[in-house]
Amino acid sequence: MLLIRCPWCGMDRPEIEFRHAGAAHITRPGPPDRVSDEEWAAFLYLRDNPKGRVAERWRHVHGCGRFFNAVRDTVTDVFVVTYRAGEPRPPESAPPETLPPETRP
Amino acid sequence: MVDGFVDTPRFRLIEAPPLARFVLRAPDAALKAAGKAYGLALPEGLNQGASHGERGKPGARVALHLGPDEWWLIVPEAEGPEVAAALEAALASHPHSLVEVSHRQVGFVLEGEGAAALLNAGCPLDFSEQAFPPGMATRSLFHRVGLMIWRMAPGLFRLEIDRTLAPYFVTALAEAAKDHS
Ligand SMILES: [Zn+2]
Repeated sequence: MLLIRCPWCGMDRPEIEFRHAGAAHITRPGPPDRVSDEEWAAFLYLRDNPKGRVAERWRHVHGCGRFFNAVRDTVTDVFVVTYRAGEPRPPESAPPETLPPETRP
Repeated sequence: MVDGFVDTPRFRLIEAPPLARFVLRAPDAALKAAGKAYGLALPEGLNQGASHGERGKPGARVALHLGPDEWWLIVPEAEGPEVAAALEAALASHPHSLVEVSHRQVGFVLEGEGAAALLNAGCPLDFSEQAFPPGMATRSLFHRVGLMIWRMAPGLFRLEIDRTLAPYFVTALAEAAKDHS
């Protein structure tokens, strides 16, 4: 079974305790009366679908109940890093192709 | 409901007496005041349980830290109203929520040297004592139902399960027990 590290519990826990909750670091546009339909549609519906590392929201629903963010590789399903909601994406979790060649994993 | 259902020399499932249960959501700054009013310091470490007294007997207190700002408080049924009043008074100056959930769930004890192995029939957690030492409490899953597991001693678990899902849990546990006898 795939283990996912919950950054709140500080433990590796079985995958079935977690729920995926969409892309992370999506900023809600505002204020609402000045947001165009296009901006709002993009906020609601438009997402990247890259092959490789993505930042996602996850929730430890059958555990501590909290949301957190995870960088996951969509090719290997490896969880590169998990971190608490509200924290910035750790720089070392950047897609390998954006790193200098000598530091790529 | 369950007496004699899962009862072998290696493990035994016992239903808890009626209890009063509360979910407290509060910031760390409120913990000291809450512990003082409750009569038991609330554990600060996440996924830790604390208790004193004997379950169901006067003065018994249980506090389980199950989420970053979430504690379950379990006391004898008759003491629920006074515990709630004392906590509300002590927490008046802190943002918090205190919700009574006494009848939402039922409690069980699963005890015996084979208790951890039996739980593993439906729960994927690692019950080695390094990974899940006595004193640890957490929510998890047993097959399709969520439950709370609190390990009090190597072969002694207290469980809390939603009332409507308890028959599923007991039946599934009894089925798994056949493989161990
Ligand atoms: Zn967690």
